[in-house]
Amino acid sequence: MTATITSPHAPHRAPESVYAISTRGLARSYPGPEGTVTHAVRDLDLDVPQGETFAFLGPNGAGKSTTIALLCALARPTAGRATVAGADVLTQPLQVRRQVGMLFQHSALDPDLTADQNLHVQARLYGLGRRHARERAAEVLETVGLTDRRGSPVRTLSGGMRRRLEIARGLLHAPRVLFLDEPTTGLDPHARAEIWKHLRALRDRHGSTLFVTTHYLDEAENCDRVAIIDHGTLVAQGTPLALKSAIGDDRVVLHTSDDVTAQQVVRRTAPPDRVVTVESEGVCLRVPDGSAWIPRLCAALQGHGIAVHAASATPPTLDDVFFHHAGRSIHGTQPGRTPKPTSPYPITAEAGGGR
Amino acid sequence: MSTLTLPDPAAPCGRRPARLRHELRAVHALVYRDLLRLAGQRTHTALMLLHPVLYLLILGGGLAALVPHGSLGVGYQTYLFPGVLMMTVQMPAITVGARLISDRERGYLRELLMAPVGRSTLLLGCCLGGTLVATAQGAVLLGLAGIVGLPYDPSLLLLLLAGMILVSFTITALALALAVTLRRGETFHMLLGLVMMPLLFVSGAFFPLQTLPGWAHTLAGANPLAYGVDLLRRCISLRVPDQAAVAGIEWAGRQPPLPLEGVLLLASGALALLWAAHRFSRPE
Repeated sequence: MTATITSPHAPHRAPESVYAISTRGLARSYPGPEGTVTHAVRDLDLDVPQGETFAFLGPNGAGKSTTIALLCALARPTAGRATVAGADVLTQPLQVRRQVGMLFQHSALDPDLTADQNLHVQARLYGLGRRHARERAAEVLETVGLTDRRGSPVRTLSGGMRRRLEIARGLLHAPRVLFLDEPTTGLDPHARAEIWKHLRALRDRHGSTLFVTTHYLDEAENCDRVAIIDHGTLVAQGTPLALKSAIGDDRVVLHTSDDVTAQQVVRRTAPPDRVVTVESEGVCLRVPDGSAWIPRLCAALQGHGIAVHAASATPPTLDDVFFHHAGRSIHGTQPGRTPKPTSPYPITAEAGGGR
Repeated sequence: MSTLTLPDPAAPCGRRPARLRHELRAVHALVYRDLLRLAGQRTHTALMLLHPVLYLLILGGGLAALVPHGSLGVGYQTYLFPGVLMMTVQMPAITVGARLISDRERGYLRELLMAPVGRSTLLLGCCLGGTLVATAQGAVLLGLAGIVGLPYDPSLLLLLLAGMILVSFTITALALALAVTLRRGETFHMLLGLVMMPLLFVSGAFFPLQTLPGWAHTLAGANPLAYGVDLLRRCISLRVPDQAAVAGIEWAGRQPPLPLEGVLLLASGALALLWAAHRFSRPE
């Protein structure tokens, strides 16, 4: 038991704790209405290495919060097992909770106490000694940039400040894994950027393992790895780049003076297995590393006397990845984006335009 | 200093003394939170204290002229004093239950549940915090002892303080037992509104239990508030025999011994707390 309590920076570690989080067949189901069973999470296999920022991406109700509750030993899995920071969530729940920090989706502070008092109560709850609790409170307030508001009652703080204070509270007991459930929901863009600045600093400076759930695609994009969950099932996981390149290539569109002739030229220039089509916005081609192809294609077209009016290469987005695996967009069905199972790569212009 | 170093790498959390120390610190954290709130919400505290004072001065003052001295054994305000003390501790004690529910509704409870301590520890912390805050408010009311004709005798005040600690603990534990079974704040407040007034009336706080109709008298025998009032009143008569009021709780026409009343209060509080801890520890 003592062996697992080492400094997070210790280079040597028991082999099973290479992963900060590891789950096998993790499942949680509830009895639903009329004898049915609701599967909140099913058959989840995850491995999150130490120091990684891991995004758990999915629409509302996909099972993200349930997964976090299971991993923090707040809820008991109905099947499977999970180890977090080297401790088993079923048999060592207290040890798990001692090692993890948590930022709930709807987090709560005591509004009548000051920032400092909230932190002190929390530090004592985690078993820190009085003096140590005060030191840590000062440190984490510094970390999230709230030192000057330490004496303010929480009800006088802005939403972004509260969220930062909540992150500070999660850091008090120096957790090895920090769970953040929708850390930026309901915040304005400035406050969101501020939160992410602090989260990235945590990862870079202290090598913290961050497990972030989100339905913001741009936030998932910034993480080391992404797992996509839908209806309680993991549909894909990997680096954002790998996920995107796995589903298809960049979409290159060339608007030319003579699209029909251009199609022939592009077909000869591009790799032989590529399909080149003429669509309303111009000649379309799906090819890896699309932007690198644009100058070559332009040169070839100009050699045939065809003028290129516009050229674009649109990389796939994580929404396209989600769309590919779940058959719908992450934020519900968007107009003009009906699932086309036959199309291997249903990307449209607005998907690229949002980036 | 690094933000992500373990708080105390030398302390192995698996060992029993360390574990116990952690649990005790968690209890202290919750008691500390209650004290901070008490210190921070002065207006709220003052208003909570004003309520029993008004009862003592206005109701007590008004009825004192009407109620003959002989029917109670003491002046009406003296008679009312233990009841007022009980009301003083009862309000903050019940607030603890209400706050458990509001903490649950606001999500703060979930933050508490994340702490690496047993859930019963958290409940114990709530209970001790409520007991302490209630007793502290009751102690302020002891300052009015002179107004109702009681001497500022240290041993009397200490005895009353001890009695109030006991009553506060029992009411807090009962309120917590109710709070862990109810999910909605409205239900809690509605139930209390429905039950508190009759319980107060059959507690002997305002008039002797003997004047109640038979069925209400039976009800008083099962009313923890009645035992609380009786305990405090008998504490007074123990130290100031010439201020002995008429008997309160009676079992088959005989007063139960004072220590037995105390033990009963303690036991019912402890049972309520155990049951609440049991309910509270059930995984969600």
